[in-house]
Amino acid sequence: MITIDRIHKSFPLKGETFTALGDVSLELADNEFVTIVGPSGCGKTTLMNILAGLETPTSGRALLDGKAINGPGPDRGVIFQQYALFPWLTVRKNVEFGLRTKGVGREERRRIAEHFIELVGLTQFADALPKMLSGGMKQRVAIARAYAVNPSILLMDEPFGAVDALTRVRLQDQLLDTWSQEKRTVVFITHDVDEAVFLANRVVVMAARPGRVVEVIDVDLPYPRNDELRLSPAFTALRNRVWNAVYHQETPA
Amino acid sequence: MTTLVESPPQQRAGVPKKKNRTLLLNAISIVAGIGVWWALSLAGFDIPAPPEVLKRYGELIADGTLGEDIVASLTRVLSGFVLGVALAVPVGFLMGWYGTVRGLVEPWVQFFRTIPPLAIIPLAIVLMGIGETPKIFVIFLASFLACVIATFQGVVNVDKTLINAARVLGANDRVIFARVVVPASSPFILVGMRVGLGSSWATLVAAELIAAQQGLGYRMQSAQLYYDLPTIFVGLITIGILGLLMDRILLLAETKLTGWQERR
Repeated sequence: MITIDRIHKSFPLKGETFTALGDVSLELADNEFVTIVGPSGCGKTTLMNILAGLETPTSGRALLDGKAINGPGPDRGVIFQQYALFPWLTVRKNVEFGLRTKGVGREERRRIAEHFIELVGLTQFADALPKMLSGGMKQRVAIARAYAVNPSILLMDEPFGAVDALTRVRLQDQLLDTWSQEKRTVVFITHDVDEAVFLANRVVVMAARPGRVVEVIDVDLPYPRNDELRLSPAFTALRNRVWNAVYHQETPA
Repeated sequence: MTTLVESPPQQRAGVPKKKNRTLLLNAISIVAGIGVWWALSLAGFDIPAPPEVLKRYGELIADGTLGEDIVASLTRVLSGFVLGVALAVPVGFLMGWYGTVRGLVEPWVQFFRTIPPLAIIPLAIVLMGIGETPKIFVIFLASFLACVIATFQGVVNVDKTLINAARVLGANDRVIFARVVVPASSPFILVGMRVGLGSSWATLVAAELIAAQQGLGYRMQSAQLYYDLPTIFVGLITIGILGLLMDRILLLAETKLTGWQERR
């Protein structure tokens, strides 16, 4: 369980204090798929970096199963928007990277890597270098790499932000597919309202200046989710609700 | 010289036509260049014709002079270059990784970079005598300065996201350095090595003016006293060919080692 307890984050910017996050509190249950959606500058990436342990809050606490988060750890996998694959390593070696730092033996590494590469459907590209892959494939490698170290939480920072709309829909389906086979707590950041509703158990809507949570919307739609659901009235109704929460905030961005 | 009338080989399937075309153009250009040289010497300019230079080549190879000169020059260049690179890579890494080291070292590197290595020669002679030491030192300095800047730039330019990605996968500073920073900056280091080799080679001839007994630079210097133009040409052409060969070897290493790069 993740507990975000009155987190405040500010830093100096051009001689003034910029408040990235003002008093954010949230609780995330195990194996929950939570999406965070909001305009740019609402501090959603800052929040994710705090959970990843890459940044520290100015005040307040972030807890993982009751223990304070200080620094990155293998219990939290991170997927970055810019893929962040090591370009000099093959797909397989990228997926094995975290296992190697953990000291997992060669054969075990290979077995685990093979499993997750298969899970994201890239078995035939296992020995390819990242430069030979499309953006969508790269992001699937990043997902396999994060999964390989067996984290209990996956933090995803606009992972599909850089791919085209068609690929994005396919990646969303594949992510849910992967997630349903290997359940983890997922914190997924996006600025795409459809994506936020389609993937999540809960959608957290944030607003900017200062970064804060304005609304948390439960998505009571069954998994597996498919095209039919994407076009259903129930989905549209939820989508409209989230849309209004994002775009009709009192201080428009 | 024999005339070169060769049609480009077409039988090898898979070789792009464009590459053949480039090679053909290269060959035409070289033949034309030699032709112009020959024409100029026939037109009365005071330079030796290609056959004369070829003949001198034969003589210098036959009596072993050229071989010894090449060995002497290559030994100097390679020792200076290897020493320079061996020091530049760790220093560059330290400068890129630790702000303190950067602050302490950078002013000196930037300062010495503005002084042509050749300008150090008088000082090197006074301090180190006229043996091998000052020659190798000047070449060392040339390659060190070129390579240290490139390595430092390489480390500074490592994508922050890659470092974060390694960190969240459980890597500590030591692992990040060895498995992210070193490979990520290798393209910069190899470019630095090529530039360093170029400036080492460029410094060689001048360094061999310091009372050398052997070497391509020395040979040309002494030929100058006897107005021996063919020998000077032999020296120049040999330096050019050797420099080109060494650069190609490094280029090959670069392609092999940094082929993973995405080129836009």
